[in-house]
Amino acid sequence: MPEPVLNPAIRVDGVSLTFGGATPVHALDDVSLRVEPGQFVSLVGPSGCGKSTLLKLLAGLVLPDAGSASIEGIPVAGRPGSAAFMPQRDLLLPWRRTIANAALGAELAGVSREQARSEARSLLPSFGLEGFERAWPAQLSGGMRQRLALLRTFLVPRDVMLLDEPFGALDAITRREMQQWLQAVWTEHQRSVLLVTHDVDEALVLSDVVFVMSPRPGRIVHRVDVPFARPRSVADTTTAEFASLKSELLDALEAAGRPVRRVEVSERTTRPA
Amino acid sequence: MTMRLVTRYVPAVLFLAALIVAWDIAVRAFDLQPYLLPGPGRVWHAFLEVRGTLPGHIRTTMTEALLGLGIACVLGAGIAALLAGFAPVRRVVYPLLVVSQNVPMIVMAPLIVVWFGFGIMPKALVVALICFFPIVVSTTDGLLRADRELVDLARSFGASRLQVLRTILVPSAVPSFFAGLQISATYAVLGAVIAEWVGASSGLGLFISRSQTAFRVDRVFVAVAVIAAVSILLFALVHLAARAAMPWQYAHGQNPEESR
Ligand SMILES: Nc1ncnc2c1ncn2[C@@H]1O[C@H](COP(=O)(O)OP(=O)(O)OP(=O)(O)O)[C@@H](O)[C@H]1O
Ligand SMILES: [Mg+2]
Repeated sequence: MPEPVLNPAIRVDGVSLTFGGATPVHALDDVSLRVEPGQFVSLVGPSGCGKSTLLKLLAGLVLPDAGSASIEGIPVAGRPGSAAFMPQRDLLLPWRRTIANAALGAELAGVSREQARSEARSLLPSFGLEGFERAWPAQLSGGMRQRLALLRTFLVPRDVMLLDEPFGALDAITRREMQQWLQAVWTEHQRSVLLVTHDVDEALVLSDVVFVMSPRPGRIVHRVDVPFARPRSVADTTTAEFASLKSELLDALEAAGRPVRRVEVSERTTRPA
Repeated sequence: MTMRLVTRYVPAVLFLAALIVAWDIAVRAFDLQPYLLPGPGRVWHAFLEVRGTLPGHIRTTMTEALLGLGIACVLGAGIAALLAGFAPVRRVVYPLLVVSQNVPMIVMAPLIVVWFGFGIMPKALVVALICFFPIVVSTTDGLLRADRELVDLARSFGASRLQVLRTILVPSAVPSFFAGLQISATYAVLGAVIAEWVGASSGLGLFISRSQTAFRVDRVFVAVAVIAAVSILLFALVHLAARAAMPWQYAHGQNPEESR
């Protein structure tokens, strides 16, 4: 295979991580993956399999016990700030109003306060937050808080975005809108995205590649390349091709969730889709 | 709003009125001598007597209390930042601070007056020494309890230690700081009075010690009532400052106190 000219946007090489404590948790075990520049990659897996941990590691917030990870060729260990990170909890600052919360990441990443806030203001409508400029986070609904957190992430001037279940708290319609919006933005700006989600449809509509993780220890057990042309729409989710990829993913997920994985896989694959 | 304020304070005021009535009845029933316990009527007369000189004393005491409280805020917040930021400093200094609180102020006050003279400054210092401890304890706690994930979030954006302090830690600690300040504010006036007791040319402490030497217990009672009123005023001021500093806690429909 020829060596790619560009550094991969994200590179994870044989990363293992165990959380210490009374009952140590083997959160990541020999995880490797790549996200090429401009690629959209999703990570699905049962609850507690280590998806958030992997994202925190890439955000430079936790250190691996073994292996290495880099963003655009720069090692992330102990060096946060290389990617725009959206954590699973919205983590809005209670003492900042909407605009100031949206601008937080950009300000800390070095954008001037005025510019960050004016960009935030101009994007409020597309995030469905118009008219709430002066609201405190406690006055926003769960879905609005999540969109605000996504806006905050989006304003961070980094080419790599790490999104941890960004649409988890949204209703089906808004979720679909935001997916379409994210796809459009991604196509336009060519950012690289690693998205964690529980929603297989979401992963298939948005991604070039989907990885499936299994829990305890957290491993990558399956990879699906999504060939559909872009832009993709809701209509694409009804095609036979989509359905077969979806069932492949669901099978892999179901297998991943089982304690004794290997035995179950063959049984699952014989089941009609 | 005003209606709510009225219903909120009516029970306390009624209770106070009942106490005063009981006090009056007791003084009459047991025929107590005024130099032991004057009745409310006598205290009121004493108040009318000293009405002219009181405002000057109040102004002095209030100045000392506010100045001391201001010093305590700056000192307390600064020490809290050091304690929270540097674990070794915390391990060495915190126990000393706790021990220092066991030195009775009644012992320290004369020394401080001897060291710093009879002006306003030594009184403000006594107030500051009494008031800074609750602020330090509470603010340190607030800084240490800041949400780890908020700190991590800021770090993920590339924030420096100083930026984390400014954008996450300090705002997280503001509510705790005010909780400490509210306790301190209730001690501030008392601290000033104790310091004046030792030696002063004006102030409520001086007024009390003079009244005592003259066996004017009724005037002492006037001073006590005034100190209580001034303390309540100071407490209300701190409350207003807290509201101004933490608007997000008081945004409409979610005042944490009024919903209780
Ligand atoms: N700071 C920590 N200390 C100890 N254990 C942790 C810590 N963070 C995560 N874990 C453990 O690591 C495992 C993976 O957690 P992680 O949050 O990465 O899961 P996840 O895949 O994101 O799950 P979910 O889909 O529910 O968000 C879990 O078993 C969790 O208990
Ligand atoms: Mg998670």
